[in-house]
Amino acid sequence: MKLYEIAHARAGDKGNISNIVVVANTSEDYAMLEAVLTATRVKAHFEDLVMGAVQRYELPNLMALNFVMHSSLQGGVTKSTALDAHGKSLSSALLNLTL
Amino acid sequence: MKTVRIGSGAGYSGDRIEPAVELARDGNLDYLVFECLAERTIAIAQQSRLRDPDRGYDPLLVERMEAVLPEALSRKVKIITNMGAANPLAAAACVATIAGPIAHRLGRSLRIAAITGDDVLKRVQIGDYRLLESNRTVASLGARVISANAYLGASPLVDALTQGADIVIAGRVADSAMFLAPLSYEFRWRDDDWTRLGCGTIVGHLLECAGQITGGYYDNSGPQDVTALARLGFPLAEVDENGNCMITKVAGSGGGITVATCTEQLLYEIHDPQHYPVPDVTADLSGVQMKQQGADQVAVWGGAGRPAPEQLKVTVGILDGFLAEAEISYAGPGAVERGRLACEIVAERLRMTAGGFEDIRFDLIGIDALHGSRLSQRAEPPYEVRVRVAARSRASCDAERVGREVEALYTNGPAGGAGVRRSVREVLSIESCLVPRRHVRPEVRMQEIGQ
Repeated sequence: MKLYEIAHARAGDKGNISNIVVVANTSEDYAMLEAVLTATRVKAHFEDLVMGAVQRYELPNLMALNFVMHSSLQGGVTKSTALDAHGKSLSSALLNLTL
Repeated sequence: MKTVRIGSGAGYSGDRIEPAVELARDGNLDYLVFECLAERTIAIAQQSRLRDPDRGYDPLLVERMEAVLPEALSRKVKIITNMGAANPLAAAACVATIAGPIAHRLGRSLRIAAITGDDVLKRVQIGDYRLLESNRTVASLGARVISANAYLGASPLVDALTQGADIVIAGRVADSAMFLAPLSYEFRWRDDDWTRLGCGTIVGHLLECAGQITGGYYDNSGPQDVTALARLGFPLAEVDENGNCMITKVAGSGGGITVATCTEQLLYEIHDPQHYPVPDVTADLSGVQMKQQGADQVAVWGGAGRPAPEQLKVTVGILDGFLAEAEISYAGPGAVERGRLACEIVAERLRMTAGGFEDIRFDLIGIDALHGSRLSQRAEPPYEVRVRVAARSRASCDAERVGREVEALYTNGPAGGAGVRRSVREVLSIESCLVPRRHVRPEVRMQEIGQ
């Protein structure tokens, strides 16, 4: 199963840090994601792109997980040579993860 | 119970204009806020002011205000914006020339406030102000530092509203503060009422990116179930005296407001949800709850806050070399292989002809440009591919070399190279430092027009 089948997501950038919020569609999906979609799993998914640590914050009220990915934007939007300097498309890349 | 209705008229400097006109006309608003100042935008504005002391404000200020003010002023909707950028005084003078004839036609007087005091460049150029990102002092970078602006909080904006301002034009002020200020003013919130200040900041955070909460950038990676994105409506919040709110939009506008779109926006660009520091408060988003109350109506409550950070954050703009980009396309049989060969040739040529780069990358657009080869699964070879070479250098001559070498592939490279585009721009990087609050002295300059 792909993550996009049970959740939606949004990426945001601050300096060289990208955060992706993953929101489960149902409370059952949230419970499952809290168990399996760990920071380690996300770091492994982005091993070529995220150079620093990944932290996960849980928001059960909102059925949301917030992943904060350090050193993930090649210096940040102002100096990155990347086509997607903001990392706007990283949410789509995470939703393609196979659970 | 008294409520205040605040609309969000722009989520960034270049945002669409008509949704704000729609909000001003049909939103039954008390306030309309325009957030138009990204971190780098103020450094660019500072450069523009250095070239011409009467400029340095938002380039779309005139177009936006000419479109919005007739609708807003005739309905007594107050305007708050950071479109003053590096020159709020000049922006206020400019807005006065647009608002003057409207005020005359309406037979009313208008007060326009400019908020200054965020520019702390002279202060941080001396002493031991350390950049958080690189641990260098600002002083050590000398003339490469072109701007330093402290994030102001809501209090100078509240002062302006207390003095009767109809239009408030600031420069670097925290985005959320532009939404918190009218709430603090209308409900007379104390500046140590951390829970309410936290809730008001959350309202601001939800609204400040405009269309992102009404269905723009809603990524469910399926068929987009948000309707009429070409006519996306911008959001408004109806806020009560405790800072709880209903997020909604003008009936009949495009997009949609759901718990899903609001949850994505609540955590947009947030790190620790319990600790979101802005100049006015350290907001706590962790207890926020939401409920769909009706079509395009989401109730939000449960925000909290703790004391504000002791120091203010300063955005420092630094001239940081040059960024070159150049692209060329290949099509038909073997397009991807020729694209890869072109990358190898340009890499070898740049080693021969250029002085060196701080960073260089080669992308095949449509193949691996966004996320690299491992995450980019591809089923069949595509019909066409676009090569992109991007590099950052200290010297502009090295940056220029990138485009020259890609262009030379027309006659010196693999067959059928097509559609070269090339550009070089100066890099304006942004770092941050902290300053004690006592060093930042905001001022309100009021002018009255009409009557």
